[in-house]
Amino acid sequence: MAGVRVLVGTRKGAFVLTSDEKRVDWEVGGPHFGGWEMYHLKASPADPDRIYASQSSGWFGQLIQRSDDGGRTWDPVGNDFRYEGVPGTHQWYDGTPHPWEFARVWHLEPSLNDPDTVYAGVEDAALFSTTNGGRSWQELPGLREHGSGSRWQPGAGGLCLHTILLHPSDEQRLYTAISAAGAFRSDDGGASWLPINKGLLSGEIPQQEAEVGHCVHSLAMHPDRPDVLFMQKHWDVMRSDDAGGSWYEISGDLPSDFGFPIEVHAHEPDTVYVVPITSDSHHYPPDGRLRVYRSRTGGGDWEPLTRGLPQENCYVNVLRDAMSIDRLDECGVYVGTTGGQVYASADSGDSWTAIVRDLPPVLSVEAQTLA
Amino acid sequence: MIRVVLPAHLRAVARVSGEVRLEVPATTQREVLDALEEGYPALRGTVRDPVSGQRRAFVRFFACQEDLSHESPDDPLPEAVVRGDEPLLVVGAMAGG
Repeated sequence: MAGVRVLVGTRKGAFVLTSDEKRVDWEVGGPHFGGWEMYHLKASPADPDRIYASQSSGWFGQLIQRSDDGGRTWDPVGNDFRYEGVPGTHQWYDGTPHPWEFARVWHLEPSLNDPDTVYAGVEDAALFSTTNGGRSWQELPGLREHGSGSRWQPGAGGLCLHTILLHPSDEQRLYTAISAAGAFRSDDGGASWLPINKGLLSGEIPQQEAEVGHCVHSLAMHPDRPDVLFMQKHWDVMRSDDAGGSWYEISGDLPSDFGFPIEVHAHEPDTVYVVPITSDSHHYPPDGRLRVYRSRTGGGDWEPLTRGLPQENCYVNVLRDAMSIDRLDECGVYVGTTGGQVYASADSGDSWTAIVRDLPPVLSVEAQTLA
Repeated sequence: MIRVVLPAHLRAVARVSGEVRLEVPATTQREVLDALEEGYPALRGTVRDPVSGQRRAFVRFFACQEDLSHESPDDPLPEAVVRGDEPLLVVGAMAGG
């Protein structure tokens, strides 16, 4: 029977939420790895029971966990993330050179075809991959060394590679995004990289046309139209129709120019979701009302989705990896908050209910559609 | 035989419930930690940084009511630890406010 598994990473453990295709009754599993920061969990599209999880701690460093049974049991795999060569320096917050230092894995992106191949985005920003199910990890140094790396500067959360998009049919094409360096594209499987930041006019940075230095928060793509990218930036929501070659603003009538996640509907490539947040230091929804905004026109025109979401006294945040969609016939949308709620919509966002309300602060949400 | 007491989070990672007993003739911190990681590979990188080999900042070592955290990893451990009379305590440092 079809169903959904929602993988939730929190500040204090991981949770696995499961339901049938109705998405009304949910079973909450966990916490797994209680007390550890679980930045991200994601299942392999090629083997739904294969799940990878990033487990980290300020005390004990980074672990990677792997499940081969849909999240019931886990085993630690390789956790040695070693930069290639002499890593050199990036810029620190004050503009001085700072040595590249591994801190944690922010994002895990399993290959679309091979359950043993996974990409990992890490802080300090770099891209790693494994081809043996996580036993060992190698850096793809072409990104960090493509030329602008020494000018990358961390965002408030650190110099993190937080987004990895894989082209649905061209294994050579990958996209990444780094805070606060920008977006990058590879057309050769990650060996070499091109900054794709033209048009990201962030009024608050000194050089509007800078090749790097843009605070990209998240990217999204629909697999049926992989040359169209959507971006939630520190300022503005952006769109590219040429695989990142250029960007234009689609913020339209959103109530805020700030937010973290962005997602595309499973079956409608022009239906996009964002969660506006009050910039910059507030980091809670405008007017204390949690509203997911949906555009059915590829951006520009947005409608607030409020039914079932708290519309008063709500001061939570939704972090960049904490929104996801499922691929059932009626697309489901999932949002996790720093207040520990996971809200689900089984009708493309028209109405919402809380699957669970009192988890630790949610760092990531990944919905997995089960056959 | 060397006895090592791990903090709760690392006992969970290593899947042990009590103290770890290492049947090796270790006499220094480095030898104990090498043997610990050999016997429990999941602990690699959790006590020491895998690249630098340095003790993680919020990990401390105690034995015989002494703080050994700032000793050289190649200094001899107390005789009571080497004999197995006393455990080496690996402690997650208090951090907070």
